[in-house]
Amino acid sequence: MRVSRSATLSLRAVALVYLSLLLLVPLGVIFAKTFEHGFGTAWGWVTTPAAVSAFWLSVTIAAIAVPLNTIFGVGAALVLVRGKTPGRALLDGLIDLPFVVSPVVVGLSLVLVYGAGGWFGSWFLHQGIRIIYAPAGMIIATVFVSLPFVVREVAPVLSEVGEEQEQAAATLGASRWQTFWRITLPSIRWGVAYGVVLTTARALGEIGAVAVVSSNVAGSTLTLPLLVQQRVTTSFGSQAVTSSYAAGTELAVMSLVVLVAMTLLAPRKGDAA
Amino acid sequence: MVYMSVFVLIPLAAVTVKAVSQGTGTLWSSITNTVALQALAVTLVSSLVVAAIGAVMGTLMAWVLVRDRFPGKRFVNALIDLPFALPTIVAGLTLIALYGPDSPVGIHLAYTRGAVIVALLFVTLPFVVRSVQPVLMELDREVEEAASSLGASNLTTFRRIVLPALRPAIISGTALAFARAVGEFGSLILIAGKVQIASIVIYADIENGDPQSAASLSVVLLAISLLVLVLLRRLGARGAR
Repeated sequence: MRVSRSATLSLRAVALVYLSLLLLVPLGVIFAKTFEHGFGTAWGWVTTPAAVSAFWLSVTIAAIAVPLNTIFGVGAALVLVRGKTPGRALLDGLIDLPFVVSPVVVGLSLVLVYGAGGWFGSWFLHQGIRIIYAPAGMIIATVFVSLPFVVREVAPVLSEVGEEQEQAAATLGASRWQTFWRITLPSIRWGVAYGVVLTTARALGEIGAVAVVSSNVAGSTLTLPLLVQQRVTTSFGSQAVTSSYAAGTELAVMSLVVLVAMTLLAPRKGDAA
Repeated sequence: MVYMSVFVLIPLAAVTVKAVSQGTGTLWSSITNTVALQALAVTLVSSLVVAAIGAVMGTLMAWVLVRDRFPGKRFVNALIDLPFALPTIVAGLTLIALYGPDSPVGIHLAYTRGAVIVALLFVTLPFVVRSVQPVLMELDREVEEAASSLGASNLTTFRRIVLPALRPAIISGTALAFARAVGEFGSLILIAGKVQIASIVIYADIENGDPQSAASLSVVLLAISLLVLVLLRRLGARGAR
């Protein structure tokens, strides 16, 4: 269909204005507010002991949750695409749950299971292991909310590349393990990489589920997103101050890195094989 | 399967058990009290509004990204993913900065329903675009050309040829956006103020040591999520046929 020049232009204008009003302008404003008292002040706010420990906690949680979900994701994708076990359809349906369940509900459910008085919580407490209001619970919450990404990125690539090469390898005498490392993994690597990037983004930014299972103590269970929240809510007159903008900008910069990685990986995903 | 159970299934089962632990009567009364009902109503209405706006704007943006050509298109395309990459708390923070008490543009939207809707539009922006875009790319342009050579106007071609082809993608993107909006928390906690949103009411209940009430409301949200998931499955199955 041949759309007239003016119609094309106005559609383009509508799309671009909408995007800039919704995304660019707000982001620009927090960058501006972060640096309105100079770069030094902003740097000071992201290098306070609380901010530094929040940064490292966020990174640590991501560093544990992301590999776990990557291994599970690749495994589950293999089961879904290649496997013939019964219950595959059920697994397929359940995997998307974390995408649609509210993060606060996730947090609550973890408290009910792993908290003091919860189903398994009291047993863990007897062993001297504290899960809720401790980093362990925050890791579990992060694993929950970022679980589907790798599976959902890898599964389509896996069914796209087909089984022929794997079968060829098997007939040539390769063990299952060799086939996986030499044939399967190299052909799905971009899908895995893209899934890992998405998982990382979600893991670093998660607040809802983590907020419920965290005790919000700076230095031990405060992640960067929680630090932003705390700084906003404890500042006077419920006005966000430079300290929270600075932490917000720090998170935004981290996510821009993730975004660049996504953009670079997305086209590669297409020519996976 | 064990991994799924430990991290996802057992916890969700626990919420359901907790909700009905004091009988269905208690469950019923804790979701039909005024606070809960109002929170659910506000949440659902806002999410529906957001899903509707998102469906229209998302399709429009997908169209511009696929059919239009202009400098900087790759940048705009990358920008669409920003809400997925940006932590939701930062999304909330940007809205406070822009529409809060010391707003540079003089719009004081924060702590109102308007702010909630803007925040939800922000976080759900990519869903429709990213589900419509690939379908639009694959779409056979010959059919459209045939339609217009037979005298169909642009509007007719769009309505009769393009839209039916895009409909499954638009619906599934919108459904995901809706599900996300219903459960959204991070971007709202800073700017919702006194607007009672379901996820925030649940959070407040937990903080106030009322897990039973929190679990009851959670079960309602859980039911909505499952409904959306089932709808999407149905749609997917039909599309595959």
